[in-house]
Amino acid sequence: MRFIEPHAHMVSRTTDDYLDMATAGCVALCEPAFWAGFDRGSADGFRDYFRQLTEYEPRRAANYGIKHYTWLCINPKESEDMALAADVLSVIPEFLECPNVLGIGEIGLNKNSRNEIKVLQQHVDLAATNDQLILVHTPHLEDKHKGTRLILDVLKHDSRIAPERVMIDHVEEHTIGMVLDAGHWGGMTLYPESKCSPARAIDMIERFGSDRLWWDAACDWGPSVPLAVPRTACEMRRRGHDEKLIEKVIFENPKQFLSQCERFQVDYA
Amino acid sequence: MAMTRQKVLDQYFMDARHKLIDVAAFLDRVERAEGDADFRLDAFKDAMKRLDGRGADRANDVLMAFSDQTQEPIDKAPGKGACGAWSGKAQ
Repeated sequence: MRFIEPHAHMVSRTTDDYLDMATAGCVALCEPAFWAGFDRGSADGFRDYFRQLTEYEPRRAANYGIKHYTWLCINPKESEDMALAADVLSVIPEFLECPNVLGIGEIGLNKNSRNEIKVLQQHVDLAATNDQLILVHTPHLEDKHKGTRLILDVLKHDSRIAPERVMIDHVEEHTIGMVLDAGHWGGMTLYPESKCSPARAIDMIERFGSDRLWWDAACDWGPSVPLAVPRTACEMRRRGHDEKLIEKVIFENPKQFLSQCERFQVDYA
Repeated sequence: MAMTRQKVLDQYFMDARHKLIDVAAFLDRVERAEGDADFRLDAFKDAMKRLDGRGADRANDVLMAFSDQTQEPIDKAPGKGACGAWSGKAQ
């Protein structure tokens, strides 16, 4: 089995996780910028973090034969502070030419506030201006449905954004339809408690088809499983799905979306 | 759908049974405890009613029972976390 892990916060994981992922067949992973569990006090803190994502983590992944890619932003959890967000947005262009940067992400909303929406619009503008792919985080739990709708509105109202160049992550049964109907890609995040279980993620493939969808572990410092994607592939096999369909979901689909950025290359034959 | 109804039962019945008993035990635990409950228990009980429906959209219906279904952005984020059920109050 080979797979691409399209969403993993490896700064929060150990080298054992890299080893396990490589052993399970991970050939490439993508690490979006995120909220690290505590607020950073200045744009310089983000500059250090972006250096970690573009310099250090690629080397750590390469030790296990995994290609490391990244996305840059200020996460919506830190977007209520408009001044900090403006400072961080001014830093991001310094890193857009780094060889492992795929685009702007994971941007989006957290509590669906007016400031979060303004910062989301600024990120979308930054992506459009620099012809970048977009990775979107949709809110948690009770805020997800409303937040997903608001995010789709923002994207729809920027005519420079091609829907197929936007991945809307963390979809569930109540949001997947509106994301696919808008022409975007959808990501299902496999978490032990929130978001999707393996069984539900496979149910959604069976109900909505396999086009423009991927699975991710989004492993970070909370309850999460770095091997969630290959384990869900095993579950799909237990249901009797053929290998071609499994490979499409865990390898070909992420490859197709991510390859819209020419920097994304997987050599695995 | 790759599985027959029989295979779905073979593969998932025990897991679903286990989770259902856990839900029952959770409700018993809440009942035994002292003090007031909050909006989450009402949302939970409302969501459980959605399990009775026909068709194959129960997961969607349960998720919607826990969701904020208002339309407008809120003025200011009250914090970073989510608790799993909407309080019913616009913030």
